[in-house]
Amino acid sequence: MSEPKAEKVAVTLNVNGAERTVTVEPRWLLSDVLRQEFGLTGVHIGCEHGVCGACTILVDGEPVRSCLQFAVQAEGARIETVEALGTPEEMDPVQTAFWEKHGLQCGYCTPGMVLTAKALLDRVPNPTEAEIRHALSGNLCRCTGYQFIVEAVERAAELRAEG
Amino acid sequence: MSMTPFRYARPMALRDALADLTEHPEARVLAGGMSLLPLMKMDLAAPERLIDLGRVQELQGITETPDGIRIGAMTRHFELASDEVVGRCAPIVAQAAAHVGDPQVRHRGTIGGSLAHADPAADLPAAMLAADAVIEAASADGSRMIPAADFFVGPLVTELRPGEMLVAVRIPMLQGRRQHYEKVPHPASGYAVVGVAISLAVAGGVVQEARIGVTGVAGHAYRAHAAERALEGEGLNPGVIAKASSLAAEGEEILGDAVYASAEYRRHLLQVTLSRALQRVS
Repeated sequence: MSEPKAEKVAVTLNVNGAERTVTVEPRWLLSDVLRQEFGLTGVHIGCEHGVCGACTILVDGEPVRSCLQFAVQAEGARIETVEALGTPEEMDPVQTAFWEKHGLQCGYCTPGMVLTAKALLDRVPNPTEAEIRHALSGNLCRCTGYQFIVEAVERAAELRAEG
Repeated sequence: MSMTPFRYARPMALRDALADLTEHPEARVLAGGMSLLPLMKMDLAAPERLIDLGRVQELQGITETPDGIRIGAMTRHFELASDEVVGRCAPIVAQAAAHVGDPQVRHRGTIGGSLAHADPAADLPAAMLAADAVIEAASADGSRMIPAADFFVGPLVTELRPGEMLVAVRIPMLQGRRQHYEKVPHPASGYAVVGVAISLAVAGGVVQEARIGVTGVAGHAYRAHAAERALEGEGLNPGVIAKASSLAAEGEEILGDAVYASAEYRRHLLQVTLSRALQRVS
Protein backbone atom coordinates (compact mmCIF):
# COMPACT_ATOMS: atom_id res chain seq x y z
CA MET A 1 0.00 0.00 0.00
CA SER A 2 1.34 3.40 -0.86
CA GLU A 3 0.14 6.87 -0.01
CA PRO A 4 -1.15 9.05 -2.82
CA LYS A 5 1.70 10.90 -4.48
CA ALA A 6 2.07 14.12 -2.56
CA GLU A 7 2.32 17.43 -4.37
CA LYS A 8 5.56 19.31 -3.89
CA VAL A 9 6.08 23.03 -4.01
CA ALA A 10 9.13 25.25 -4.20
CA VAL A 11 9.85 27.54 -1.27
CA THR A 12 12.42 30.29 -1.20
CA LEU A 13 13.74 31.33 2.17
CA ASN A 14 16.50 33.60 3.37
CA VAL A 15 18.29 31.23 5.73
CA ASN A 16 21.01 32.78 7.87
CA GLY A 17 21.69 35.41 5.24
CA ALA A 18 21.64 33.18 2.15
CA GLU A 19 18.77 32.87 -0.32
CA ARG A 20 17.81 29.20 -0.53
CA THR A 21 15.17 27.45 -2.59
CA VAL A 22 13.95 24.01 -1.66
CA THR A 23 11.16 21.74 -2.84
CA VAL A 24 8.90 20.59 -0.04
CA GLU A 25 5.67 18.80 0.63
CA PRO A 26 3.22 21.27 2.16
CA ARG A 27 2.97 19.10 5.28
CA TRP A 28 6.68 19.37 6.05
CA LEU A 29 7.37 21.40 9.15
CA LEU A 30 9.81 24.27 9.00
CA SER A 31 11.83 22.63 11.80
CA ASP A 32 12.26 19.44 9.75
CA VAL A 33 13.14 21.32 6.58
CA LEU A 34 15.79 23.39 8.36
CA ARG A 35 17.37 20.30 9.86
CA GLN A 36 17.04 17.83 7.00
CA GLU A 37 17.26 19.98 3.88
CA PHE A 38 19.74 22.56 5.19
CA GLY A 39 21.57 20.55 7.85
CA LEU A 40 20.86 23.16 10.51
CA THR A 41 20.85 20.77 13.42
CA GLY A 42 21.03 23.62 15.90
CA VAL A 43 17.25 23.65 15.46
CA HIS A 44 16.48 21.29 18.31
CA ILE A 45 13.26 19.33 18.22
CA GLY A 46 11.92 18.64 21.68
CA CYS A 47 8.23 18.07 22.25
CA GLU A 48 7.12 18.68 18.65
CA HIS A 49 3.79 19.90 20.01
CA GLY A 50 4.44 23.58 20.49
CA VAL A 51 5.16 23.45 24.20
CA CYS A 52 8.90 23.28 24.95
CA GLY A 53 10.35 26.05 22.77
CA ALA A 54 13.54 24.11 21.92
CA CYS A 55 12.86 24.60 18.19
CA THR A 56 12.56 28.38 18.51
CA ILE A 57 14.05 30.27 15.58
CA LEU A 58 13.79 33.88 14.46
CA VAL A 59 11.46 34.55 11.55
CA ASP A 60 11.78 38.14 10.37
CA GLY A 61 13.47 38.84 13.70
CA GLU A 62 10.73 37.42 15.91
CA PRO A 63 11.00 34.26 18.01
CA VAL A 64 8.60 31.56 16.82
CA ARG A 65 8.39 27.79 17.10
CA SER A 66 9.61 26.15 13.92
CA CYS A 67 7.69 22.96 14.76
CA LEU A 68 4.38 24.85 14.64
CA GLN A 69 4.82 26.18 11.14
CA PHE A 70 4.84 24.55 7.75
CA ALA A 71 7.87 25.44 5.65
CA VAL A 72 5.55 26.66 2.86
CA GLN A 73 4.15 29.29 5.20
CA ALA A 74 7.60 30.84 5.50
CA GLU A 75 7.93 31.66 1.77
CA GLY A 76 10.03 34.80 1.46
CA ALA A 77 10.81 34.99 5.17
CA ARG A 78 14.15 35.84 6.75
CA ILE A 79 15.13 32.97 9.02
CA GLU A 80 17.85 32.92 11.65
CA THR A 81 18.94 29.81 13.49
CA VAL A 82 21.60 29.54 16.15
CA GLU A 83 24.11 28.77 13.41
CA ALA A 84 23.85 32.43 12.36
CA LEU A 85 25.08 33.76 15.69
CA GLY A 86 28.74 33.05 16.23
CA THR A 87 31.57 30.58 16.01
CA PRO A 88 33.44 28.83 18.85
CA GLU A 89 36.28 31.31 18.25
CA GLU A 90 34.09 34.34 18.00
CA MET A 91 30.87 33.91 19.92
CA ASP A 92 27.88 36.19 19.88
CA PRO A 93 27.63 38.22 23.13
CA VAL A 94 24.57 36.18 24.10
CA GLN A 95 26.54 32.96 23.66
CA THR A 96 29.49 34.36 25.60
CA ALA A 97 27.14 35.33 28.42
CA PHE A 98 25.57 31.84 28.57
CA TRP A 99 29.07 30.39 28.71
CA GLU A 100 30.28 32.80 31.42
CA LYS A 101 27.18 32.39 33.60
CA HIS A 102 26.78 28.63 33.12
CA GLY A 103 23.38 29.21 31.53
CA LEU A 104 23.18 25.64 30.31
CA GLN A 105 23.77 22.09 31.39
CA CYS A 106 22.66 19.52 28.81
CA GLY A 107 22.33 22.22 26.17
CA TYR A 108 19.20 20.92 24.53
CA CYS A 109 17.11 24.03 25.17
CA THR A 110 20.04 26.39 24.60
CA PRO A 111 19.64 27.33 20.91
CA GLY A 112 16.02 28.29 21.56
CA MET A 113 16.95 30.15 24.73
CA VAL A 114 19.78 32.04 23.02
CA LEU A 115 17.64 33.09 20.06
CA THR A 116 14.73 34.12 22.26
CA ALA A 117 17.13 36.15 24.40
CA LYS A 118 18.66 37.78 21.32
CA ALA A 119 15.22 38.81 20.06
CA LEU A 120 14.42 40.30 23.48
CA LEU A 121 17.67 42.28 23.59
CA ASP A 122 17.15 43.53 20.03
CA ARG A 123 13.83 45.00 21.18
CA VAL A 124 14.65 45.83 24.82
CA PRO A 125 18.41 46.41 25.21
CA ASN A 126 18.33 46.63 29.00
CA PRO A 127 15.53 44.40 30.26
CA THR A 128 14.49 43.92 33.88
CA GLU A 129 14.60 40.47 35.45
CA ALA A 130 10.81 40.28 35.13
CA GLU A 131 11.00 41.14 31.44
CA ILE A 132 13.64 38.45 30.91
CA ARG A 133 11.58 35.81 32.69
CA HIS A 134 8.50 36.83 30.74
CA ALA A 135 10.35 36.72 27.42
CA LEU A 136 11.71 33.24 28.19
CA SER A 137 8.40 31.87 29.46
CA GLY A 138 7.89 29.86 26.27
CA ASN A 139 11.24 28.06 26.58
CA LEU A 140 11.49 25.13 28.95
CA CYS A 141 14.74 24.04 30.58
CA ARG A 142 14.73 20.90 32.68
CA CYS A 143 18.30 21.26 34.01
CA THR A 144 19.12 24.66 35.34
CA GLY A 145 16.17 25.99 37.28
CA TYR A 146 16.41 29.08 35.04
CA GLN A 147 18.38 31.24 37.48
CA PHE A 148 21.66 31.02 35.57
CA ILE A 149 19.84 31.55 32.29
CA VAL A 150 18.29 34.77 33.58
CA GLU A 151 21.71 35.89 34.81
CA ALA A 152 23.17 35.03 31.41
CA VAL A 153 20.66 37.28 29.66
CA GLU A 154 21.42 40.11 32.10
CA ARG A 155 25.11 39.61 31.35
CA ALA A 156 24.41 39.54 27.61
CA ALA A 157 22.75 42.93 27.90
CA GLU A 158 25.93 44.26 29.56
CA LEU A 159 28.21 42.73 26.94
CA ARG A 160 26.13 44.16 24.11
CA ALA A 161 26.15 47.60 25.74
CA GLU A 162 29.94 47.43 26.02
CA GLY A 163 29.99 46.66 22.28
CA MET B 1 6.91 14.18 12.36
CA SER B 2 4.66 13.02 9.61
CA MET B 3 1.20 14.35 8.96
CA THR B 4 -1.45 13.27 6.52
CA PRO B 5 -0.74 14.94 3.16
CA PHE B 6 -2.91 17.86 2.18
CA ARG B 7 -3.28 20.29 -0.68
CA TYR B 8 -2.07 23.79 0.01
CA ALA B 9 -3.41 27.08 -1.33
CA ARG B 10 -2.01 30.52 -0.64
CA PRO B 11 -4.45 33.12 -1.96
CA MET B 12 -3.33 36.74 -2.08
CA ALA B 13 -6.81 38.29 -2.05
CA LEU B 14 -9.85 37.71 0.15
CA ARG B 15 -12.01 37.16 -2.92
CA ASP B 16 -9.79 34.26 -3.98
CA ALA B 17 -9.70 32.78 -0.48
CA LEU B 18 -13.50 32.82 -0.27
CA ALA B 19 -13.86 31.32 -3.75
CA ASP B 20 -11.43 28.56 -2.78
CA LEU B 21 -13.40 27.83 0.39
CA THR B 22 -16.66 27.68 -1.58
CA GLU B 23 -15.14 25.34 -4.13
CA HIS B 24 -13.56 23.15 -1.44
CA PRO B 25 -15.96 22.85 1.50
CA GLU B 26 -13.67 20.22 3.04
CA ALA B 27 -10.83 22.73 3.34
CA ARG B 28 -9.68 24.34 6.59
CA VAL B 29 -8.39 27.87 6.66
CA LEU B 30 -4.96 28.33 8.22
CA ALA B 31 -4.25 31.54 10.13
CA GLY B 32 -1.34 31.45 12.60
CA GLY B 33 -1.63 27.69 13.02
CA MET B 34 -1.15 27.77 16.79
CA SER B 35 -4.26 25.62 17.33
CA LEU B 36 -4.67 23.90 13.97
CA LEU B 37 -1.14 22.48 13.75
CA PRO B 38 -1.32 20.82 17.18
CA LEU B 39 -4.70 19.36 16.20
CA MET B 40 -3.23 17.99 12.97
CA LYS B 41 -0.23 16.57 14.80
CA MET B 42 -2.53 14.74 17.20
CA ASP B 43 -4.60 13.53 14.23
CA LEU B 44 -7.64 15.31 15.62
CA ALA B 45 -7.83 17.19 12.34
CA ALA B 46 -6.74 15.89 8.94
CA PRO B 47 -7.88 18.46 6.40
CA GLU B 48 -7.52 17.53 2.75
CA ARG B 49 -6.80 21.13 1.88
CA LEU B 50 -5.39 24.11 3.76
CA ILE B 51 -6.09 27.65 2.65
CA ASP B 52 -3.28 29.75 4.09
CA LEU B 53 -4.53 33.26 4.89
CA GLY B 54 -1.05 34.56 5.66
CA ARG B 55 -0.77 36.66 2.48
CA VAL B 56 -4.33 37.98 2.25
CA GLN B 57 -3.85 41.72 2.46
CA GLU B 58 -7.46 42.53 3.44
CA LEU B 59 -7.11 40.50 6.65
CA GLN B 60 -4.16 42.54 7.95
CA GLY B 61 -4.05 45.63 10.05
CA ILE B 62 -5.80 47.65 12.72
CA THR B 63 -7.80 50.73 11.72
CA GLU B 64 -9.53 53.37 13.76
CA THR B 65 -13.13 53.96 12.68
CA PRO B 66 -15.48 56.80 13.75
CA ASP B 67 -17.07 54.56 16.40
CA GLY B 68 -14.23 52.29 17.43
CA ILE B 69 -11.62 50.07 15.83
CA ARG B 70 -11.54 47.34 13.22
CA ILE B 71 -9.00 44.59 13.72
CA GLY B 72 -8.10 42.40 10.75
CA ALA B 73 -8.42 38.67 11.40
CA MET B 74 -4.72 38.02 10.78
CA THR B 75 -3.56 40.49 13.43
CA ARG B 76 -1.10 38.69 15.70
CA HIS B 77 -1.52 38.65 19.46
CA PHE B 78 1.82 40.39 19.88
CA GLU B 79 0.63 43.28 17.74
CA LEU B 80 -2.72 43.44 19.55
CA ALA B 81 -0.95 43.61 22.89
CA SER B 82 1.44 46.37 21.81
CA ASP B 83 -0.57 48.44 19.32
CA GLU B 84 -1.10 52.07 20.31
CA VAL B 85 -4.64 52.30 18.91
CA VAL B 86 -5.82 49.11 20.62
CA GLY B 87 -4.17 50.19 23.88
CA ARG B 88 -5.98 53.53 23.77
CA CYS B 89 -9.42 52.52 22.44
CA ALA B 90 -9.82 48.99 23.80
CA PRO B 91 -7.27 48.26 26.54
CA ILE B 92 -9.18 45.13 27.60
CA VAL B 93 -8.36 43.56 24.22
CA ALA B 94 -4.67 44.43 24.50
CA GLN B 95 -4.57 43.12 28.04
CA ALA B 96 -6.18 39.79 27.16
CA ALA B 97 -3.92 39.40 24.11
CA ALA B 98 -0.87 39.78 26.36
CA HIS B 99 -2.09 36.75 28.32
CA VAL B 100 -2.35 34.41 25.34
CA GLY B 101 0.09 31.49 25.39
CA ASP B 102 3.72 32.59 25.47
CA PRO B 103 5.82 35.00 23.38
CA GLN B 104 6.38 32.49 20.57
CA VAL B 105 2.65 31.82 20.34
CA ARG B 106 1.82 35.54 20.41
CA HIS B 107 4.16 36.19 17.50
CA ARG B 108 2.31 33.70 15.28
CA GLY B 109 -1.20 33.34 16.69
CA THR B 110 -3.95 35.61 15.39
CA ILE B 111 -7.14 37.09 16.78
CA GLY B 112 -9.17 35.56 13.97
CA GLY B 113 -7.69 32.12 14.47
CA SER B 114 -8.21 32.20 18.21
CA LEU B 115 -11.83 33.32 17.98
CA ALA B 116 -12.76 30.95 15.16
CA HIS B 117 -11.12 28.06 17.00
CA ALA B 118 -13.22 28.94 20.08
CA ASP B 119 -11.26 27.05 22.65
CA PRO B 120 -13.41 27.21 25.79
CA ALA B 121 -10.37 28.32 27.82
CA ALA B 122 -8.98 30.92 25.40
CA ASP B 123 -8.43 34.49 26.62
CA LEU B 124 -9.69 36.60 23.74
CA PRO B 125 -13.32 35.37 23.73
CA ALA B 126 -13.83 36.79 27.24
CA ALA B 127 -12.44 40.14 26.12
CA MET B 128 -14.67 40.15 23.01
CA LEU B 129 -17.74 39.65 25.18
CA ALA B 130 -16.76 42.38 27.64
CA ALA B 131 -15.96 44.72 24.75
CA ASP B 132 -19.31 44.18 22.96
CA ALA B 133 -17.29 43.20 19.90
CA VAL B 134 -18.89 42.35 16.60
CA ILE B 135 -17.43 39.58 14.46
CA GLU B 136 -17.29 40.29 10.74
CA ALA B 137 -17.78 37.06 8.78
CA ALA B 138 -17.55 36.76 5.01
CA SER B 139 -18.41 34.14 2.42
CA ALA B 140 -18.53 34.21 -1.36
CA ASP B 141 -22.13 35.46 -0.99
CA GLY B 142 -21.25 38.52 1.09
CA SER B 143 -20.55 39.45 4.67
CA ARG B 144 -22.53 39.63 7.89
CA MET B 145 -22.00 40.93 11.41
CA ILE B 146 -22.28 38.58 14.38
CA PRO B 147 -22.33 40.02 17.90
CA ALA B 148 -19.70 38.32 20.07
CA ALA B 149 -22.49 37.36 22.49
CA ASP B 150 -23.96 35.11 19.75
CA PHE B 151 -20.68 33.90 18.27
CA PHE B 152 -19.47 31.29 20.77
CA VAL B 153 -21.76 28.27 20.69
CA GLY B 154 -19.86 25.36 22.23
CA PRO B 155 -16.40 23.86 22.67
CA LEU B 156 -14.61 24.66 19.38
CA VAL B 157 -17.97 25.58 17.85
CA THR B 158 -18.95 29.03 16.62
CA GLU B 159 -21.75 30.66 14.69
CA LEU B 160 -19.63 30.59 11.49
CA ARG B 161 -21.29 28.63 8.69
CA PRO B 162 -19.60 26.36 6.17
CA GLY B 163 -18.00 28.52 3.51
CA GLU B 164 -17.68 31.45 5.86
CA MET B 165 -14.56 32.85 7.44
CA LEU B 166 -13.85 35.41 10.11
CA VAL B 167 -12.35 38.45 8.42
CA ALA B 168 -12.30 41.13 11.13
CA VAL B 169 -13.42 42.13 14.58
CA ARG B 170 -15.08 45.45 15.30
CA ILE B 171 -14.68 46.90 18.78
CA PRO B 172 -16.69 49.94 19.86
CA MET B 173 -14.77 52.79 21.48
CA LEU B 174 -14.17 51.72 25.10
CA GLN B 175 -11.98 54.63 26.14
CA GLY B 176 -13.10 55.86 29.57
CA ARG B 177 -14.56 52.53 30.60
CA ARG B 178 -13.01 50.76 33.52
CA GLN B 179 -11.54 47.57 32.13
CA HIS B 180 -9.59 44.66 33.46
CA TYR B 181 -8.78 41.06 32.55
CA GLU B 182 -8.11 38.79 35.52
CA LYS B 183 -6.84 35.30 34.81
CA VAL B 184 -5.87 32.22 36.74
CA PRO B 185 -3.70 30.32 34.26
CA HIS B 186 -3.24 26.58 34.31
CA PRO B 187 0.33 26.21 35.58
CA ALA B 188 1.39 23.91 32.74
CA SER B 189 -0.66 24.86 29.69
CA GLY B 190 -1.13 28.55 30.42
CA TYR B 191 -4.77 28.34 29.37
CA ALA B 192 -7.32 29.97 31.63
CA VAL B 193 -8.66 27.82 34.45
CA VAL B 194 -10.75 30.94 34.94
CA GLY B 195 -10.56 34.19 33.00
CA VAL B 196 -12.77 37.19 33.61
CA ALA B 197 -12.88 40.31 31.44
CA ILE B 198 -14.83 43.30 32.70
CA SER B 199 -15.71 46.61 31.15
CA LEU B 200 -17.72 49.07 33.21
CA ALA B 201 -19.14 52.48 32.39
CA VAL B 202 -19.09 54.36 35.67
CA ALA B 203 -20.44 57.86 36.26
CA GLY B 204 -20.75 59.65 39.58
CA GLY B 205 -19.60 56.51 41.37
CA VAL B 206 -22.47 54.49 39.92
CA VAL B 207 -22.11 51.67 37.38
CA GLN B 208 -24.13 52.70 34.33
CA GLU B 209 -23.40 49.68 32.20
CA ALA B 210 -21.53 46.47 32.99
CA ARG B 211 -20.09 43.85 30.67
CA ILE B 212 -18.54 40.69 32.08
CA GLY B 213 -17.02 38.02 29.84
CA VAL B 214 -16.07 34.70 31.39
CA THR B 215 -13.79 32.02 29.91
CA GLY B 216 -12.37 28.70 31.06
CA VAL B 217 -15.23 27.47 33.18
CA ALA B 218 -17.96 26.44 30.73
CA GLY B 219 -18.25 24.88 27.26
CA HIS B 220 -17.77 28.30 25.72
CA ALA B 221 -17.06 31.84 26.82
CA TYR B 222 -20.21 33.55 28.09
CA ARG B 223 -21.49 36.83 29.43
CA ALA B 224 -22.36 36.79 33.13
CA HIS B 225 -25.67 38.61 32.75
CA ALA B 226 -26.86 38.13 36.35
CA ALA B 227 -23.63 39.56 37.70
CA GLU B 228 -23.84 42.49 35.26
CA ARG B 229 -27.36 43.32 36.44
CA ALA B 230 -26.22 43.18 40.08
CA LEU B 231 -23.67 45.93 39.31
CA GLU B 232 -25.77 48.27 37.20
CA GLY B 233 -27.22 51.17 39.15
CA GLU B 234 -24.94 50.45 42.10
CA GLY B 235 -21.66 51.76 43.45
CA LEU B 236 -18.62 49.50 43.46
CA ASN B 237 -18.68 48.81 47.18
CA PRO B 238 -17.70 45.53 48.88
CA GLY B 239 -21.32 44.42 49.33
CA VAL B 240 -22.17 44.94 45.65
CA ILE B 241 -18.93 43.28 44.52
CA ALA B 242 -19.65 40.24 46.71
CA LYS B 243 -23.21 40.00 45.43
CA ALA B 244 -22.22 40.29 41.78
CA SER B 245 -19.35 37.81 42.15
CA SER B 246 -21.67 35.23 43.67
CA LEU B 247 -23.78 35.40 40.51
CA ALA B 248 -20.93 34.87 38.01
CA ALA B 249 -21.88 31.24 37.25
CA GLU B 250 -25.64 31.86 37.26
CA GLY B 251 -27.40 29.76 34.64
CA GLU B 252 -24.19 28.14 33.36
CA GLU B 253 -23.08 24.55 33.42
CA ILE B 254 -19.64 24.72 34.99
CA LEU B 255 -17.10 22.20 33.69
CA GLY B 256 -15.03 20.03 35.95
CA ASP B 257 -12.27 17.59 35.31
CA ALA B 258 -10.98 14.90 37.61
CA VAL B 259 -7.31 15.80 37.14
CA TYR B 260 -6.98 19.49 37.84
CA ALA B 261 -10.12 21.45 38.67
CA SER B 262 -13.49 20.13 39.74
CA ALA B 263 -16.64 22.04 38.84
CA GLU B 264 -17.02 23.07 42.47
CA TYR B 265 -13.46 24.41 42.55
CA ARG B 266 -13.91 26.28 39.27
CA ARG B 267 -17.17 27.81 40.47
CA HIS B 268 -15.45 29.06 43.61
CA LEU B 269 -12.40 30.28 41.70
CA LEU B 270 -14.67 32.16 39.31
CA GLN B 271 -16.32 33.99 42.18
CA VAL B 272 -12.94 34.94 43.64
CA THR B 273 -11.58 35.99 40.24
CA LEU B 274 -14.53 38.24 39.40
CA SER B 275 -14.32 39.76 42.86
CA ARG B 276 -10.61 40.53 42.32
CA ALA B 277 -11.28 42.02 38.91
CA LEU B 278 -13.98 44.30 40.29
CA GLN B 279 -11.79 45.38 43.19
CA ARG B 280 -9.08 46.30 40.70
CA VAL B 281 -11.35 48.84 39.00
CA SER B 282 -13.19 50.17 42.06
